[in-house]
Amino acid sequence: MRLRWRKFVSALMLSASGLCALIAVSALFVILAFLVYNGSKSLDWNFFTQLPKATGEVGGGMANAIVGSLQIVGMASAMGIPIGFIAGVYLSEFDDKHFASLVRYTADLLNGIPSIIVGILAWTLVVVPMKHFSAFAGSVALAVMLIPIVTRQTEQFLREVPMALREGSLALGASRWKMIATVVVPAGSKGVLTGIILGVARIAGESAPLLFTALNNQFWGGMNEPTASLPVMIYYRAISPFEDWHRQAWAAGLVLIALVLIANIAARMVLARGVSVPRG
Amino acid sequence: MATAAAQARAVKKAPQTGDAIARLLALIFAAIVLLLVVLVVFELWQGSAASREKFGWGFLTSSVWNPVTEEFGALPFLYGTVITSLVALLISIPLGVGAAIFLSELAPAGLSNALTFMVELLAAFPSVIYGLLAFLSLVPLMRSRVEPFLKHTLGFLPFFQGPAFGVGYLTASLVLAIMTFPFIISVSRESLLAVPREQREAALALGATKWETTWDVVVPYAKLGIYGSIFLGLARALGETMAVTMVIGNSPAVHASLLAPGYSIASVIANEFAEASTKLRAAALVELGLVLFCLTIIINGIARLLIVATTSKGSKR
Repeated sequence: MRLRWRKFVSALMLSASGLCALIAVSALFVILAFLVYNGSKSLDWNFFTQLPKATGEVGGGMANAIVGSLQIVGMASAMGIPIGFIAGVYLSEFDDKHFASLVRYTADLLNGIPSIIVGILAWTLVVVPMKHFSAFAGSVALAVMLIPIVTRQTEQFLREVPMALREGSLALGASRWKMIATVVVPAGSKGVLTGIILGVARIAGESAPLLFTALNNQFWGGMNEPTASLPVMIYYRAISPFEDWHRQAWAAGLVLIALVLIANIAARMVLARGVSVPRG
Repeated sequence: MATAAAQARAVKKAPQTGDAIARLLALIFAAIVLLLVVLVVFELWQGSAASREKFGWGFLTSSVWNPVTEEFGALPFLYGTVITSLVALLISIPLGVGAAIFLSELAPAGLSNALTFMVELLAAFPSVIYGLLAFLSLVPLMRSRVEPFLKHTLGFLPFFQGPAFGVGYLTASLVLAIMTFPFIISVSRESLLAVPREQREAALALGATKWETTWDVVVPYAKLGIYGSIFLGLARALGETMAVTMVIGNSPAVHASLLAPGYSIASVIANEFAEASTKLRAAALVELGLVLFCLTIIINGIARLLIVATTSKGSKR
């Protein structure tokens, strides 16, 4: 009797854990279903080619926000990827015990800072001295978020490169930097590329640090002017009282989530071809 | 622990000027990472100077937020941030740990990896997407169905009183719960998988059922990592901005009822920073940022210590 009760409890709790997993995974599909259902109804060619219409008017698109996002994220990548990459090479290849662990710790710390605080940093560093909002300020904020991600990913994947490859190239008479540039980095490049793709996908979806750096714009922006971006546009369209703007927010949400999904699945496929996945 | 670099150094020491330059260059770029963190701390401290001098420690306990009379207090925001994060954890801890148990103990490896990938995708979604869904789909549902139901059944409790707005602490907590459980699942699963096989076999051999083995042997063995995953989720919830801003109601007051609209630190910065016309108002917002920074740094630090503690224990086996 006692044993039967214990077996019953066991079966009950294990099915409960299965139910938890089911709920967790179905959250993904519910979210995707809502976006596809509402987004596909609203997505049309105008969305990609037209500027937003004046408040209350029906129609128009978000061409400026799409271009604005490309500008801001492109500029942020141009600043953040080289810095993050070389810092990662340093952590993996030129390990000076104390300084390297300090940098490693601060990179993790920077990674954990809420994005809104990174926005405050970019505001004080760029917006205040320039006295106006700009796409450049937004890309500084996103670059600050990108650097620690790229640093840690680069370090992790370069460490995976077998020691024998390093020893072989040094034995052939290569200098350290030549060994790193021609052997270690190419060998770890797939993993590093994955890290960069995921990092860029992550900052492309950020809106909080752009709210008071790149701000928003109903027209085309520029590096030196307030500029619209897709995530910020979603925010303002969604909280507006207009039905037609909600429709556009759904369309933009669908576009953004499609980009995130493509980046994540692509990264996974790059990894699947012959690079082992480091944990954590 | 011999690092890659240390071993490579042992292989051959080639004194070349190219190496010295490469090393210096890499060192400078690594120092930029360090510099950025120093800059964050410096700017937050410097930027909040006016507010710190005027309000002192009273800033943390005052619940007045009046831009007209220039009186600022952090309490409503601190309260909103903490209460929504804690309620979110009440939901996401059982759900996350339960799912992690299924993924590590029951599911075959292929299924477990596929499901974990899907759950981790949730963590990669931009927070404004959660906000969009929550604001346009969840809020109307909360207002018309869930909140009236809660009031009807649990209305005698102080947590479920007052009018049903749809927006408020409870809706924000629900969204945060969905945003935090991917972290809890992913990290908890890793620490459960790191538990040595012998622990399970010994318990089963002694006659324990599968669940008793899991709950009394495997979970306690991995508990530090599970705690770590919870703190990681908490740090994430505390700093979450967009999704919370869209559904918390944006009202700077302290309410016992979870149905009432409130405010959080991150959302008040998001809403008011661009229009902070006076110096003191901007300083007060930066000081809120400083408070949030300290909170997340401490919670993240605890999480990292706990996770490192388990993974190093697991690898020792």
